[in-house]
Amino acid sequence: MNAPVDYLLHLADNALVLGQRNAEWCGHGPILEEDIALSNNSLDLIGQARMLYQHAAEQIGNGATEDTLAYFRDVPDFRNYTLCELPHMPLMAATSKGDRDFAMTIVRNFLYSSLMVLVWDQLQASKDTQLAAIAAKSLKEVRYHLRHSRDWLLRLGDGTDASHAKAQAALDQLLPYCQEFWTTSPQETAALANGTGIDMATLQTDWNQIVDEALQEATLKRPAAGGFVPTGKQGLHSEHLGFVLAEMQSLARQHPGATW
Amino acid sequence: MNTTTHTPALKEWPLWEVFVRSKQGLEHKHCGSLHASDAQHALQMARDVYTRRQEGVSIWVVPSATISASEPNDKGEFFEPASDKVYRHPTFYVIPDEVGHM
Repeated sequence: MNAPVDYLLHLADNALVLGQRNAEWCGHGPILEEDIALSNNSLDLIGQARMLYQHAAEQIGNGATEDTLAYFRDVPDFRNYTLCELPHMPLMAATSKGDRDFAMTIVRNFLYSSLMVLVWDQLQASKDTQLAAIAAKSLKEVRYHLRHSRDWLLRLGDGTDASHAKAQAALDQLLPYCQEFWTTSPQETAALANGTGIDMATLQTDWNQIVDEALQEATLKRPAAGGFVPTGKQGLHSEHLGFVLAEMQSLARQHPGATW
Repeated sequence: MNTTTHTPALKEWPLWEVFVRSKQGLEHKHCGSLHASDAQHALQMARDVYTRRQEGVSIWVVPSATISASEPNDKGEFFEPASDKVYRHPTFYVIPDEVGHM
């Protein structure tokens, strides 16, 4: 039994786009150790994306490979959560320049990892045995991502006035994007129907608990729910994804089939 | 708001020595040092910096300040007296063939 291709792409695109975003810190980390930590995180995510793309490519056939899926699809084809594509700086027009904000990076990684420890844990029981194996491997990685980001969330939230203010601002901006986790997309419905996917709604209580416990320890306030619900996983993205893809895909598109 | 004081983090964070035990090894070996705000922080950083190529299965971090070290100036009296005492190496014994490798 195979998971629907669009479902695999949804999982892969989340990992690839967030991996690409976190890789922006490579060479620019606040300290050397953190530079390496974020690059490690990025490589874990890109590794997950590769396995999922390879699995999807086998089903698509027609010469599809992990590379064609990563580098030769356009914005509307991507199925990642909008959360994953946002820049590291407080939200602004995509063409504006700003300084990367470590608090945005940490809060996003925390919110995403808190979800993925639950998702990968349940996907270990997927009827798609290859997806189940990918889930088992990814679970170990994302457990460390959660530990790393949660640890920093506490340090920033319960740190100085300045770090607390930045962490709170990042949380206020990013938490509303998590509402997308709980809406249902056609690929998720299809995956649930054939036993390869999971019912996201059942994860919400656990996710809230992981988040609320950490926020309390970090002395951060959870912003009120409501407002716009993003639609990235349905292919309707923010203006930011195009810039991510432009940078990520430019080399492969200028030199198709390049190797080194 | 305390936004005006930008002391570089490294000046506030103490130094830690990192010891890693490899899969084959019995002992933790010193592999480097890093700055971190506390022991937990140091452990996570050591994980990311020193074990990303499967170097280890266990990590120790020790505050550098708690290590007492011999002085380079003491080299003469500390170490040189041993240099002419070759008899302290067990190299003057004939090992019977039956013992094999030891």
